[in-house]
Amino acid sequence: MSDEKKPEVTTAKPPIGPGGGRGPMGNSPMGMMGVGAKAKNFKGTMKQLLHYIRPYWISIILCLIFAVASTIFAISTPKILGRATNQIVNDYVAQKTYDGVVSQLPKGIVLPKGTTFGQLLPQLPAAAVAQIPADKLDSLKSVDLTNRPQVQFDIIWGIAEELIALYILSAFFSYIQGWIMTNISQKISYQFRKDISTKIGRMPLRYFDKNTHGEVLSRVTNDVDTVSQTLNQSLSQMVTSVTMIIGILIMMLTISYQLTLVSIIILPISFVILGGLVKRSQKFFKMQQDTLGHLNGHIEEMYSGHNVMKVFNGQARSIKRFNDVNGELYDSAWKSQFLSGMMWPLMSFVGNLGFVSVSALGGYLAIKGTINIGDIQAFIQYVNQFNQPIIQTANIANVMQSTAASAERVFEFLEESEEVAESTEPVKLEKVRGEVEFDNVVFGYDADKTIIKHFSAKIKPGMRVAIVGPTGAGKTTMVNLLMRFYDINSGSIKVDGVDIKNFKRADLRRMFGMVLQDTWLFNGTIRQNLAYAHPDATDEDIIKAAKATHVDHFVHSLPGGYDMVLDEEANNISKGEKQLLTIARAMVADAPIMILDEATSSVDTRTEVLIQKAMEKLMEGRTSFVIAHRLSTIKNADLILVMRDGNIVEQGTHKELLKQKGFYASLYNSQFTAPAIEEPELASAKA
Amino acid sequence: MLKLFRYLKPFTLQLIILVAMVYLQVAATLALPDYMAKIINVGIVGKDSHYIWVNGGWMLLIALGGTAAMVVVGYFAAKIATGFAKNIREKLFAKVESFSLAEFNSFSTASLITRSTNDIQQIQTVMVMILRLALMAPITGIWAIYKAYNVAPSMTWIMALAVGVLLAIIGVTFGFALPKFKQLQKLVDKLNLITREILTGLRVIRAFNTEKDEEKKFEKANVDLTAANLYVNRLMVILQPMMMLIMYGASLLIVWTGAHLINTGSLEIGNMIAFMTYASQVIFSFLMISIVFIMVPRASVSGVRVSEVLETKPIILDPKNPVNIKDIKSGLVEFDNVEFSYPGADTPVLSDISFTATPGQTTAFIGSTGSGKSTLINLVPRFYDVTKGTVKIDNVDVRDVNLEDLYSKIGYVPQTAVLFSGTVESNIKYGAPKIDEQEVAKAITIAQAKDFVAGLTEGVRSPIAQGGTNVSGGQKQRLSIARAIARDPEIYIFDDSFSALDFKTDAALREALGKATKDKTVLIVAQRISTIMTADKIIVMDEGKIVGQGTHKELMKSCEVYREIASSQLSEEELSDIDAVPTKELKTEGATI
Repeated sequence: MSDEKKPEVTTAKPPIGPGGGRGPMGNSPMGMMGVGAKAKNFKGTMKQLLHYIRPYWISIILCLIFAVASTIFAISTPKILGRATNQIVNDYVAQKTYDGVVSQLPKGIVLPKGTTFGQLLPQLPAAAVAQIPADKLDSLKSVDLTNRPQVQFDIIWGIAEELIALYILSAFFSYIQGWIMTNISQKISYQFRKDISTKIGRMPLRYFDKNTHGEVLSRVTNDVDTVSQTLNQSLSQMVTSVTMIIGILIMMLTISYQLTLVSIIILPISFVILGGLVKRSQKFFKMQQDTLGHLNGHIEEMYSGHNVMKVFNGQARSIKRFNDVNGELYDSAWKSQFLSGMMWPLMSFVGNLGFVSVSALGGYLAIKGTINIGDIQAFIQYVNQFNQPIIQTANIANVMQSTAASAERVFEFLEESEEVAESTEPVKLEKVRGEVEFDNVVFGYDADKTIIKHFSAKIKPGMRVAIVGPTGAGKTTMVNLLMRFYDINSGSIKVDGVDIKNFKRADLRRMFGMVLQDTWLFNGTIRQNLAYAHPDATDEDIIKAAKATHVDHFVHSLPGGYDMVLDEEANNISKGEKQLLTIARAMVADAPIMILDEATSSVDTRTEVLIQKAMEKLMEGRTSFVIAHRLSTIKNADLILVMRDGNIVEQGTHKELLKQKGFYASLYNSQFTAPAIEEPELASAKA
Repeated sequence: MLKLFRYLKPFTLQLIILVAMVYLQVAATLALPDYMAKIINVGIVGKDSHYIWVNGGWMLLIALGGTAAMVVVGYFAAKIATGFAKNIREKLFAKVESFSLAEFNSFSTASLITRSTNDIQQIQTVMVMILRLALMAPITGIWAIYKAYNVAPSMTWIMALAVGVLLAIIGVTFGFALPKFKQLQKLVDKLNLITREILTGLRVIRAFNTEKDEEKKFEKANVDLTAANLYVNRLMVILQPMMMLIMYGASLLIVWTGAHLINTGSLEIGNMIAFMTYASQVIFSFLMISIVFIMVPRASVSGVRVSEVLETKPIILDPKNPVNIKDIKSGLVEFDNVEFSYPGADTPVLSDISFTATPGQTTAFIGSTGSGKSTLINLVPRFYDVTKGTVKIDNVDVRDVNLEDLYSKIGYVPQTAVLFSGTVESNIKYGAPKIDEQEVAKAITIAQAKDFVAGLTEGVRSPIAQGGTNVSGGQKQRLSIARAIARDPEIYIFDDSFSALDFKTDAALREALGKATKDKTVLIVAQRISTIMTADKIIVMDEGKIVGQGTHKELMKSCEVYREIASSQLSEEELSDIDAVPTKELKTEGATI
């Protein structure tokens, strides 16, 4: 990594919120047909995911039992309700029979009490008997013709009681199941986030220098969200769907195998059509995503270059290009929406087809006396419920894929290599003198590309070391190595004669105070920010440090003084003030060795003077490393390290280095003699 | 969100067809139980198998018709929703492109990007759902209740009760959940904020050994988020079982009441079963509504964010009676008693600014950060409009010229170089699409970009990635300068545009530039005094006011602020040839290595 900071990704990428990213519900309606990223290693990822789920296995089994129970209760009810209907039908038919018989009896004839239909049957004309359903005939024989039969509400009420119990139990179990599943999935995503957070703390900086913040952020939010959502869905759905399909099939079969056959014969057809549809719509979906990418790219580009676009009269062109891509997007968007939406009419048609065939075939069978009306009613309810679990099962593969893809990204992150383990017998210095020694240090950011080649130097306590070099020469490398943000390839760095690898990282870093160019302050009060290294620092300590670094004065001019809250990006104070605060923060930390970065290019003159004074104060009596930009600092340094292309090419004092007439000398000459336009020959002569 | 619905206007006809088709689809779905009732009542009870097959055939046809209607609904839903999104996107983009810096800053670039991309996408998704599912529910509800009334008026109350309870449950659940949804969003933002803070401050956190503290902060946000998530999700899982319960309860009630009606002979069995089917249709369609409901809050936030942009009126517009651009012949820039305040600010950033920048001269601006020098030159291309006084080019008020015409007079080089994706050539030609290869080459040469462009694999046709990420900062700056030169404008504006260049390049560039801009007006803002020392006129800014005008020598004598800046940046030797040498004790020789 060089001095040049990576462009802040977060401004280029829209903020990430839930559902903003590649969640399964992303852009496809109902999340049914999204292309969804695919996991590279589906099996392995699922295994790891199981590892996360394992602590909850009791809950999960409980949850599954509830799911199965709830489903079984639910699917047994239509048939029971059918029994009620059958009862009504029977009573109704009995009533009709009674009415028919009684109305045909010659007037004035009174049947002896207790005369049944059966007794009268042989006397009835054959045509009248044929009207009665064959299967009902037997039960009708017992109809008492001296009493008009009524619907037997006591029997129906008995059935109703049974049903109410089942309905409530089923709903209750289903809720418990949902509750447990929600708990599990939320706890897992909590655990995921926690693991990611602690993982960040254990990873080497190398990772974060190579990957954008946006990427890590999207793992913390989007991916974890996707996993928890789909986990919630897929786990319970898988169980309920399968139970439902099997259960419904069994229930259907117990009613009528013919109707069952007709109902399921339609399924393969719908699967084939569904498959074709998914394939087609995915093509357009992918197209849509690609075009959307282009469109977003154009938006980002034009918005971030707004001024330039305007003043170079690019507005009309920009809008035209936008409209072109927008048109393309519309084209693929509506097609993918339409095609993926076709699933609904299709599934509803399949459902209706089932309904029609059950009605027609059921009616036919009922005439033949094979089944009852109550059975048809139950069957219709089953057919209605059959579609849902089938769509879900068909979709579960998709859901699992996106679960796996997201989970994989989380696991990949969690498996990134961590910082080298701490020394097993860490050294702890009572008092740090501040002697730093580089001994034959070899280092490269990539293993195969060393940039620092065999660098040795000895820095005595209290010495001031200036690190100089052109932009991009890798001056922050020194910070990275001293603080052990990166480990060196070979050689050693010693503090007070002890290899820094033998310290605990925390102890090592405590020896250094740091003021970097990116003035990182957090969302909190100024006081909290100053006390960052020592949360228990007293107000006196803070104010003393603030006074020494010229911070006290300007803090008092701010609204709220030390209790002023710095906002998210600390935009409510100026850049120079931020820098001063970081200096004061380092002052409060009171470390024996200082690392300072002097860049102050965009700070106004007066603040710059203050910053300089504050830095001077900070370096007093401490060994200090300064990434130097100011000539005075360089000239006054006890040792100058000259960096070029990552390597330390020269070292010595200002005078020694000028005498060498090497890189430093040319750098120095070109810097301080160039400014005049009228004298270019001077610049070129000295360069 | 509601405000956006007026963008549905162009789709009125399609919407009418859509509603008609939804109606047909619902009618078809609800006609099926009627036929089934007939099959039971007449076919089964009357043992008429022919009747059953005929009616079965009708059912099949109706089912087909319903499916066809549904396909048409899907077609129009897709067309309308994506077309709606397309139009909004188009309007929004054109609107943002017409913004001046003032509106841009009030939204922030990142937020505008989100509004133009994610937010609209969100709206589109919900729109499809609304058109396809949400419309169906009320139509099904009303139609089914009407039909139920026809079949068995005395049982209609069951339907009404079911719908009422359903609405009440949805209402109560969402009543509790909605505020939590909003809170949830805040907690997600908070977690993101903390994570981002940890990531950007990683070095500092490690240096100060405060990993544990940051983890604690994260932990707290994580716990809060999990708790809120649990609350909302536990609420939402009530819905499904409740709906099932209502549906089953309604069926049972129908059978029970139906039994009584059948007993008194006022209802036929088939109709009772049909009634049950109606009920389940109604309940299912409301289940769909509740799914859409879950998505609505998020989309309505998006809707509001999009509306905000669409309703913003750009302040800077073309004049009603523009001056003919041909009347502007020279690049004479004149500020006459200019005052400027940012929108909403009570104190002006600039006041009493009067000066003239004549063609053939370099006019430089220097001052501390916040002194207003960048703001000042932003007034020339009307990135902002003055609040008092006038800015004139060749004696014409910049507000009296069409913006496009005004821009065409200006070659602008921003503080941070911006390149667009394309090629080196397309970038240089960006402001002057008609120039030929030679002119492109010339611009590149003057901007000191010749060597590195030649070193690229495809020369001027080499690709430039989005944001110019495949060239270095210094190279970007040089191409950005070449782009301005290629326009050959009357006025050059350099807003601190040499900062990424090393001194050698800086000097060479300024020399070449000096020749190329001989009879042009050049305005330069700079931090480094060495960059502007040789300007014909230096204007020193301090706290929004001009505190000195003149050449380097004159200012060293007369201007305290200028002397202060000079002494903080220049070496003693450089200062020594001027009479007054102040504040030696600072030892602050400048320049950047």
